[in-house]
Amino acid sequence: MTTLTETKPEAVLSNDEILRYSRHLIMPEVGMEGQQKLKAARVLCIGAGGLGSPLALYLTAAGVGTLGIVDFDVVDYTNLQRQIIHTTADVGRKKLDSAAEKLKAINPFLNLRTLETRLTSANALELFREFDIVADGTDNFPTRYLVNDACVLTGKPNVYGSIFRFEGQASVFATQEGPCYRCLYPEPPPPGLVPSCAEGGVLGILPGLVGVIQATETIKLILGQGDSLAGRLLLVDALGMKFRELKLRKNPDCPVCGKNRTITRLIDYEEFCGIRGQEAPVEDVVPAISVEELKKKLDAKADIFILDVREPHEYQICNLNGYLLPLNDLPKRVNELDSSREIIAHCKMGGRSAKAVQFLRQAGFKKVYNLTGGITAWAEKVDPGMPKY
Amino acid sequence: MAQVQIPSPLRQYTQKQASVNVSAKTVGDALSGLVARHPELKRHLYSEDGKLRAFVNVYVNDEDMRYLEKEATALQEGDTISIVPSIAGGGC
Repeated sequence: MTTLTETKPEAVLSNDEILRYSRHLIMPEVGMEGQQKLKAARVLCIGAGGLGSPLALYLTAAGVGTLGIVDFDVVDYTNLQRQIIHTTADVGRKKLDSAAEKLKAINPFLNLRTLETRLTSANALELFREFDIVADGTDNFPTRYLVNDACVLTGKPNVYGSIFRFEGQASVFATQEGPCYRCLYPEPPPPGLVPSCAEGGVLGILPGLVGVIQATETIKLILGQGDSLAGRLLLVDALGMKFRELKLRKNPDCPVCGKNRTITRLIDYEEFCGIRGQEAPVEDVVPAISVEELKKKLDAKADIFILDVREPHEYQICNLNGYLLPLNDLPKRVNELDSSREIIAHCKMGGRSAKAVQFLRQAGFKKVYNLTGGITAWAEKVDPGMPKY
Repeated sequence: MAQVQIPSPLRQYTQKQASVNVSAKTVGDALSGLVARHPELKRHLYSEDGKLRAFVNVYVNDEDMRYLEKEATALQEGDTISIVPSIAGGGC
């Protein structure tokens, strides 16, 4: 059983706290001793978003004494579908301010440290040293590798969770005997190969499911109870409601936690993930037209072929009466297009259609252009009655 | 016959199937069979020099093939091969 190695000073519970946590105290697995351990514990949550919301809410309710939250973002309207610590009234507000208000309302005994900063190689080690456990709720690869390496270097367990569409993963990395994230994934995928939530979508409940699993693992580590996920990768499939487990082993050749460590300092993680020095996004290099220009052409009844490379379910939300041909089908269905016509390709925001234009130009189409900003730009600048999504 | 579990980021390349049955004696053969049937999977699983990408792990039942015999790991009837790519979503 993985436990914290430091012994913490006794944390005294007031009568109010004893009453508050009564449902914990009457269980032998927690009891006064366990609740005191929770109160003495210091947990750092990276991110106050999808995973961070349920994590922070449940750890606070459970009586974790000190919670640190790192987030520099502002609440966006599209966050509300899943980031349940934030409400409609919080849109536009700093996530930390919004989170702090709700957490203190749940449990005034919480010692909350809000850290409005980007986690970087320059600040991570010093920050992690002030906590006992790190719960990773971030949404990008460079930060995940940074968190992992900093956890191994400072000897703090890394309670890991990640999600995509309707699947999630959870584990506990960087315990003394267990593997770290790099043991599982020595290298990140090149940028652009794995879509982000904004591009792939995510079932609103999913970060709730995985975030609470992370909170559970955090509490178990603090209490020293149960079997942690260290050494196991939990795979969550929300659509099938199936939970599978894969064995994780510590990689003896792991550069950061193995026998012959080559990484002893934090590195440039953006560079590691191939983000620095990346070529300009495709959108910037393909021939394009603006939504205003398209409107002018359509008003002048120009002979234009509008190609919509989104998915059928997006077409149903709103469309420009374009010819629907999803991007992934383009290679096999390219013969449906007439290269003698002027083709304007669009998608939601201009990214996918840029790839379509690049593909078609390489296939010999000369009069094909990208609609900059996609149908979202059309809704913003030309037709405000059109929904945005 | 082994069943290959396809993770959701890659289902767009297998006509949305969540699992594909392949007849193969080893993990390597199973993956080749999978990629032959669904060629768009290739660049997501393999790099240019034909090696399995480092951010994709392949499990036979619950064991990482790196700790078995890698692509030479022999398959039994009814084995499950899982492709587990790294995913990063969490806060967005």
